[in-house]
Amino acid sequence: MTMKPWLPPLLVLAAAAALAPLPIVAGSYWMALLVNILMYATLATAWALFSGPTHYVSLATAAFFGLGAYTMAFLGETLPLPLVYGVAALIGAVVATVVGLSTLRLSGVYFVIFTFGLAELVRQLVTWGEAKYGGTVGRFVFIDVTQQGIYWMLLGLLVVILLTGLAIQRSRLGWALRAIGEDETVARHAGIDTTVSKVAVFVVSATFMTLVGAIMAPRWTYIDPSIAFNPIISFQVLIMALLGGAARLYGPILGVVPLAILFEILQANFPNYFSILLGIAFLVIVYFVPNGIVGLIDQGRGAIVRAARRRPHPAE
Amino acid sequence: MFLVDVILSGLILGGIYALIAMGLSLQYGVARIMNLAYGEFTIAASFLAYVLFSAAGVSPILALAVAMPLSFALNWGIYRVLMTPLVRRAKSPGALEVDSILATFGLLFVVQGILLVVFGGSYVSYSYLAVPVQIIGSTVALNRLLAAGLAVAIALALTAFLMRTRIGTAIRAVSVNPAAAPLVGIDTTAYAAFAFGLGGALVAASGVLVSMFFTFNAAMGVVFTMKALIVVIMGGVGNIFGALVAGLILGLAESLTAAFLDGGLTLAVNFALFLAILLVKPTGLFGKAAR
Repeated sequence: MTMKPWLPPLLVLAAAAALAPLPIVAGSYWMALLVNILMYATLATAWALFSGPTHYVSLATAAFFGLGAYTMAFLGETLPLPLVYGVAALIGAVVATVVGLSTLRLSGVYFVIFTFGLAELVRQLVTWGEAKYGGTVGRFVFIDVTQQGIYWMLLGLLVVILLTGLAIQRSRLGWALRAIGEDETVARHAGIDTTVSKVAVFVVSATFMTLVGAIMAPRWTYIDPSIAFNPIISFQVLIMALLGGAARLYGPILGVVPLAILFEILQANFPNYFSILLGIAFLVIVYFVPNGIVGLIDQGRGAIVRAARRRPHPAE
Repeated sequence: MFLVDVILSGLILGGIYALIAMGLSLQYGVARIMNLAYGEFTIAASFLAYVLFSAAGVSPILALAVAMPLSFALNWGIYRVLMTPLVRRAKSPGALEVDSILATFGLLFVVQGILLVVFGGSYVSYSYLAVPVQIIGSTVALNRLLAAGLAVAIALALTAFLMRTRIGTAIRAVSVNPAAAPLVGIDTTAYAAFAFGLGGALVAASGVLVSMFFTFNAAMGVVFTMKALIVVIMGGVGNIFGALVAGLILGLAESLTAAFLDGGLTLAVNFALFLAILLVKPTGLFGKAAR
């Protein structure tokens, strides 16, 4: 199926326009759920920008999210808000460049392991710095941003991420990433500077994650390193993107909506068993939905096409 | 004699790290499964030793004899039931690595969740052989010394097993070349499962040893997984000797950092070492060809 190049961006904008008025009608419980879903939708889509085409599994989502949240906690009361978001994005980009340059030359497993520990590492550094120079480990966040404001900012950010993703897919960089995902050695022999391509998209993806953290921070009145750098965020983003399927740009969102609601219900009703249920959800998805919902849709579409082809020959 | 204290405790810690990492090295080096639930099994064994000691007065040495076979059977079963379908499904070694990481992630949460439900989130420890001993002018608790000694004994036994026996030779063959091993009549799946179980027995041993002198809780597994991974990769994947050296380096670095820099920076120093070594030698200290 070929699509007109202007159609996907238009669809993204139309969907966002349809979702934008929701805060006007939604009550506070629904607003909280919507913001939660949007937060994971932005994180999972940003995650898939990099990990989808390259197949490099990043577990650093919480590290960047936490950096953003902490930037807001540090500067939110002293600088104007737009500037704080700018600073957060810059910090995310710089950290991602350093991490990317030092780990993306390594093979895939080493990258997984390093990003696995990155949130823990940043958390330890922040805790250490706060205890040594800040006096306390936690921080109060008194910033005047409403639930609605957060919703609209996240929705706007999601649009930007999707449009960026579309632009990358159509660029030379998009081709380079897919070549890396297929076979990195071949990509290198074809003249692709694999390190530059990987680091560039990793930085873009991480910058978006940092921004999400900065936007979300005012939702809590108090943050400490174990809230901001909670590794569960990385795992949930990963599993949501997997369920949706990272092969398409819109895939992760398909996984976010059901899982965000499921986790919300589990956390409210079985807080003590949450970890076990999360693990079981992980296993079920890995074993039974390996290509995500997107894979299932493609499979279903293939079956329909085959069935349609068969129909003209009832004698078969 | 402050420096001697620091070096001695670093070496003891390093010996334990090396033992923790050897199990992972076997699992990843032979069965090619990157087991992220690894640290959860360490902690599970620590809790087993804790329960046996505080409820029944069974010494941790005897707990070893219970935990190791139990964990062997459990891990062998995990490979047979959970990992074999992934091995069959994988189109390439890279795909198996990603799938195994994701599956063991699920396992991590399940095991951690069970531990949390059973034991809660609080820290526990018990007092076994907490007697001070004098060594070259420095004082060490006897339980630490015993743990380090047992770690070395188990590591030596494992090395002898891998180097001197027929089964050990077959395991090494699967590790070096899984594609060629069947050509000489080795059942790779059976040996991979065996190595995975053996790795499980080692992780249980390290969990029991750590519990003798360490305060732990149900959420701590990830820390052990991280350390084991760093040691395995620093030493060169599948290299038991490399794991020993890397474990000692890490233990020393950690106790030197805590003593002279800041206790809050140990993880940062670990990571810096990990990155520095990989940037200079991408295959680890004793890794051979690029994979």
